[in-house]
Parts: sequence; C-alpha cells; structure tokens
Amino acid sequence: MDLRRRIEIGSGHPGGEVALTRLDYVVDAVKKHGLNWVRRNSLWPMPFATACCGIELMATGASRYDIARFGAEAMRFSPRQCDLLLCAGRVVMKMMPVLQKIYLQMTEPKWVISMGACASTGGVFDTYAVVQGIDQFLPVDVYVPGCPPRPETLLEGIMLIQQIVTEHGVKGARARGRGLGLVAQPPRQPVELGAGFALAAGGAGSGNGGRHGHA
Amino acid sequence: MATRDAVAALQERFPELDLAPRPLVTYADGRASDQLWVRVPAERLVEVCRFLRDDPRTRFEQLCDLTCLDYLNFPGATDRFGVIYSLLSLTHNHRLWLKVFVNDPDPAVPSVTGIWRGAEWPEREVYDMFGIRFTGHPDLRRILMPQNFTAYPLRKDYPLTGRGEREDFAVVTRDSA
Amino acid sequence: MPVSYDLMKPTTLTREEGAEDRWTLNFGPQHPATHTTLRLVLELDGERVVDVTPDIGFLHSGFEKLGEHLDYNQYVVVVERMNYVSPINNDLSWHAAVEKLFGIEVTPRCKAIRTILGELGRIQDHLLNIGCSGLDLGGFTAFLYGFNEREQIYDLIEQISGSRFHPSYTRVGGLAQDVPPGWTDRVLDFVRNRLPPALRDVETLLLRNRIFIERTKGIGVISRDDAINWSLTGPVARASGVRRDLRKDEPYWCFADNWDGRGAPAVPFKVPIATGGDVYARFLVRLEEIRQSCAIIEQVVRMLPDGPINAAPDAQVTLPNKKEIYFSIEGLIHHFEKIMSNRGFRPPVGEAYGATETANGEQGFYVASDGGRTPYRARCRPPSFMNYQVFPQLLRGHQISDVPAVLNSLNIIAAELDR
Repeated sequence: MDLRRRIEIGSGHPGGEVALTRLDYVVDAVKKHGLNWVRRNSLWPMPFATACCGIELMATGASRYDIARFGAEAMRFSPRQCDLLLCAGRVVMKMMPVLQKIYLQMTEPKWVISMGACASTGGVFDTYAVVQGIDQFLPVDVYVPGCPPRPETLLEGIMLIQQIVTEHGVKGARARGRGLGLVAQPPRQPVELGAGFALAAGGAGSGNGGRHGHA
Repeated sequence: MATRDAVAALQERFPELDLAPRPLVTYADGRASDQLWVRVPAERLVEVCRFLRDDPRTRFEQLCDLTCLDYLNFPGATDRFGVIYSLLSLTHNHRLWLKVFVNDPDPAVPSVTGIWRGAEWPEREVYDMFGIRFTGHPDLRRILMPQNFTAYPLRKDYPLTGRGEREDFAVVTRDSA
Repeated sequence: MPVSYDLMKPTTLTREEGAEDRWTLNFGPQHPATHTTLRLVLELDGERVVDVTPDIGFLHSGFEKLGEHLDYNQYVVVVERMNYVSPINNDLSWHAAVEKLFGIEVTPRCKAIRTILGELGRIQDHLLNIGCSGLDLGGFTAFLYGFNEREQIYDLIEQISGSRFHPSYTRVGGLAQDVPPGWTDRVLDFVRNRLPPALRDVETLLLRNRIFIERTKGIGVISRDDAINWSLTGPVARASGVRRDLRKDEPYWCFADNWDGRGAPAVPFKVPIATGGDVYARFLVRLEEIRQSCAIIEQVVRMLPDGPINAAPDAQVTLPNKKEIYFSIEGLIHHFEKIMSNRGFRPPVGEAYGATETANGEQGFYVASDGGRTPYRARCRPPSFMNYQVFPQLLRGHQISDVPAVLNSLNIIAAELDR
C-alpha cells in the first residue's frame, strides 16, 4: 500500500481519517507545517542529466527560470546529500545500473522526478538500447512530460513534488498503527542489482575501473 | 579533377588491382555524383592506404570517417559487409571513398591505425556494431555497448527493439535498502 | 619519495621506479564536470595523470538503427537530438546530406535562412562551451552570462518552429515553413544589440583573468600533425593550426559563390586559426568564431532574397502547401504520394556523403538508399567521437584538476559521441 499514490492534494488527512487524539493532531501539524515545510522549500536535486533534458534542466537553473525561487538551486552531485533525483534524459542499458546505484545511495526521505518523454517511456527512442521508462526499475513520483519539457513544466513538476513532500509521513491514525511515527524505519528488503549491474561495471579500461560491489 | 588525378596515380602504382573509380550515386536524370569510390581488396588495404596518405599526388592526410554497411538486403549486392573509408586531403582539398568488402563467417579487415591514428575508435565501433574484426588493432573491444553484450546491433538481422536486453534489470522498490 | 613536479609546464613523469602513489580513480559517468554521461578511468600518480581510459556508450541510443526505420523527413526529429546544444545544426546537416543523395538544390531563400540558422546554432554551442569553461574551473558567473544569451536564441528558434529546443525545422528540399514576419529584425537586434555586451562581459571575466590563463595555457596541447592524424576537425583542430573550415573549403549555401543564381558573392568572413593548440587557444578560437558568426548573420539578413522556400514541385520531394492540397486534385495526389506508408520518397539507389561545418567540426551523414522511403543506412560522422579519441594523449602528465578544463575544451556532446 503506497500512500503517495493516493494523496488528495489540498485535503486534510489522506483517506479522510480523523486524528484520534490531540497528540496525533499536533504531531501531524508539526510534520506538515514544520518539518515538511522546511523540506519542500529546500529540496536539493540530484541532477541526473543524461541528454537534452539536461540542458533544459540547466536552463531552469539559470537566470530566466530560476529554480532558486523554490529553494532548489543547490544541485549537489553527491547522492548522499540530495533528496530529489531528477532523472533528466534517456537512460540506456549501460546507464541504468548507475542510476539505480545512485538512487540507492540517496538517503531517506527521497523522491524521484522522471523528466522528459525518454525517462518516462523511452520517448522517440524505441530501440534496443534505451530503457522504455525508468519506472520499470525505479520508483517514480512525478512524471514531467515534454521533449524536452519547457522549464515551466519542470517547475510545475517540482511544485507537485512539493505537494507530495507536504504529505510525507503525515498519516491518519489507522495507517500509522502503533506509535506516533516520529522515528524513521529502516528499509526492509535489500536489493540484488545482479546481472544488469555487471553489464555496466565490467571490463572498463585496463580492468582497474570495474570494482563495484553490490549495494 | 584532383580526385581523378589521385585515382590515376593510385592505379599507376597498383596496376594489378581493379581500381576503377565509380560515383557513389547516379541520379535519375543520368548525372553522376562527383563523390567517387574505389574498391580495395582487404589484403592490400594497408599498402593502398599508406600510398594514398604519403604520395604527393594524393596526400590524403586525414581519415574523415570509417564506417560499415550491411548489404544484406541491398539490391544487386554480392558481398555482405562493406567497410567504407572516407578519406580527405587537406592539401588538395578533395575526398575519396574506399570500400573493402568482407563476408561472414568471421569477417576480418586489417587495421589502419598504424597509418591514421584517428581510426582507432571508429574501428572499435564497427567491431561493436557489426562484428568485423580489425587485425592489428591495439585495443579491439566494444566501445558503445556494454562489454558482455553478445549481439551486433547494426546488422540487418538484429531487430530494432532488441531481444529483451533492455529489460534485463533488477527492480528497485521503495523498500529497498 | 622525491618526485619532480614542474608546475608551469606539464612534462612526462620523472620519478623513481617502484613509486607507491599509483592509484585509480573513477570519474563519472555521473559527475558535474563530465557534461552528462562520460566516464573516465584515471590512473594517477599522486595528483598527476598517468593514463586516462575514456569509457563511452552511456548514452548510446541506437540512432543509426532508428534511421533505417524512419523516412527522410521523420528522421530529422531524431537526428536533432544528437548535438543537443545546437539542435538546429543537426537538422541542417542531415538534410544537406539527404539533398545531396537526391540531387536537389534548394532555393536561394532557403539557403539564406539555413545559413542564418546554422550560424545561430554555432553561437549557441560556443556560448555554452565558453560559459562552461568558466564553470568547470569554478567560475559560475560566466556560465550564467552565456546561458542568458542562449535564452534569446531559444526565443528566436521558438518563433520559427514552435519549440525552443528541438525545432525539426528542415525538410527534404526546403523548410517546414517560412520565417514569420519581423523575425529577421529580431535576429539583427540580437546580433547587434544584445550579444556584444554579453560577450564583452564574458571577456572581462575570463580573457585576461590570471587564474583562467594559468589553468588553461599550455594545458592539453596538441600539435598540428597530430590533429590531422587523429581526424580532428572544428575549433579543436583550428586551434592547433589546421587551416580547414568546410564553409571555405567545400562551400555550401551562402558560403558558395553565386548562391542565389544571380551572381551574389559568397558571404565574406574570417576563419580564426590559433597556433597554441592548448585549452586557451581553443577558448580564443571559439570566442572569435562567435563574432564572425554575428558578422555573417548581419550580412545574410541584409541580402535575404524573397521567393519560395521549398524546391520546385517536380522534384517530387516536398509537400505542397495546404491550399493546394485542399483545393486541387493534383495537390491532394501529390500529398498522398508523399505521406502514405506504401509510397513516400523515391530516392536513387546509391550512397552520398554530405557534411556541414557545425560548432564542433565537420558533421556529416553518410546516407545509403536502396530506393525505398527510408534510408538503408544513415551513418552520422560525429565530430565529438573523433575529437574525443585524442583525449588520453592530451592529459598525460597533467594534474587531475586539468581534467575538466581539457574535457570541456574538446566540447564533447555525449549524445553525438554515443549516438
């Protein structure tokens, strides 16, 4: 059950549930208007720019369409520091395991925008090499259409992510179960990147470059 | 025309080979293109290229492009693969195309990296995409596809959407570590 | 262990055998300085680069295979996604090659518009490169100045095609549609009034900047003979002294004499050549090429002829205009002949190579046709691919902080590199 998929934007508790106690209500308010307010206004994108969408991403960060208005101009290239993976551009077979490894290296909470037609569905490139949509192998929150999307479209995608962030962790009492849900839970299933990852990692250079472990 | 002089010089040097120049295309109204190509047998390729690069009448100092064509379904083709060398002369400002025809199984062509260093990566790409081995290449391995990819994508018998390699990845979910 | 470092000029390593500072660093494919998906495996001795192995193919999308399944007008949509910093140039190169295969000559107005667009694309590409030459060395402002002017060019491209980025503007035998009224005035305004101040700003920041010069002079040197032997073209080759520019040596469009059939001379301009062969020389060549492109655009706009933009109908390649399609039976039949899937183009059987001088160098297409409506083989000769081969040689003996500077100076566009 993935609450993110069923958010009603702008409503109160998701699912229309009522907070059972005042403490639940206070905790949810602190999360939504405190913690999540801070998070959504300072999203640090991980610009995973591969192709033309990468240039429109740079244009969104440049002076005319200023992404700094949204607090998101700190495009750090280290996944450990980022919370928003902006997959901009087509992802080919050789690059997919790299994308997955970067997603796994990002720390929670994290969100993913699939920017452009190629990242969302493969775009014009229905060929042997291009992955037809990163959502087959990676969880995606927002899809931004376009080839490439105009900077305004990307900014709208970021605003949708902001709305998702607002509801992050804010659960009705029935969904939360026992406890107030203040402590982050560790993820439950390790992933085995396996064969696809070996494809990208193996045999580069003089054989020195290919030392990658499993996540 | 400078290219015809160059080809004449080439024919003079290698009289035993049939090096008649042909236009790359002939238009519907009978005009012939001014881009000429010459068929070179694979075993004499290195000598011919060295001559073309060094002789003052030809002086093709630059290898502009190196590619391959799979003539599997081409009307009137007799051989399967044509490795095409696009030569450029900076001093005389003309071009010439060489075609070397090879066939399955095990198509092999001598490498020209000793003559033009710029052939290194294009030859690797032709190997990667078509499976043609270049004997004498310093580092012949795949360049664009992953190293353990087994097929040769640009061959005509390989389908456009591939054979499922693009879906062969692990699925990372939200719960993944 | 004593190692002699010569800080002003890179040399080959002089050190004792058995040194233990050797290590391997993986650079990319996700790295800010690699300009999208390039991967380098660096073997380093302390901070000095011993060897570099570029690993490419992280953006290989099967362009050439796709070219065998799309027809000559559809493929332009895919081709322009190759060099994505100056997309209009890819359109122009592709259709130049296809028109060579078909044996069609385009109309003078089309030639003039294509020349203007080609130069606008060149300005776009060079602005990004010059901006990133500041960015990769740590100076963000030059990048912003360059990008702001690119936004103006995006606006101009949007006015002719509807899309700021990938216009898909050319067709076989002509263009998709004519330029809107007033467009040429806006181009002139951009080239005369908006671009020169921005260029002066970038020059103020970088040209005589002590830090920039020390980080780029003498770095990544390639000699003239090596440049020719390694198949380099474009500003990278011209910065090493190779005197080659397709616009002068194999003239096309308005760069050829008598391009309008009535005796108009070729557009005069200068080709900047440098002799240093280093990163700074390439920067200078690109900066001057922007200025020369501005001069070309001004002259062509002044000479822009009226007339049709598509080749004559009996060439059987261009779509008739909508009025003819709706109101005459010949127009309708002609339209069907072009677009129905069992009809379409009927090129001659054979091969052709057509190239134009794009911002990166000679971008050509080797198109083979078997008489059908799609190409039999659409091979792109990518300047980035050829230019990137020389990269290991450029970097040996340099320090690791020179890697982004040299990489940026080659202007490697990953989509053109990998196709």
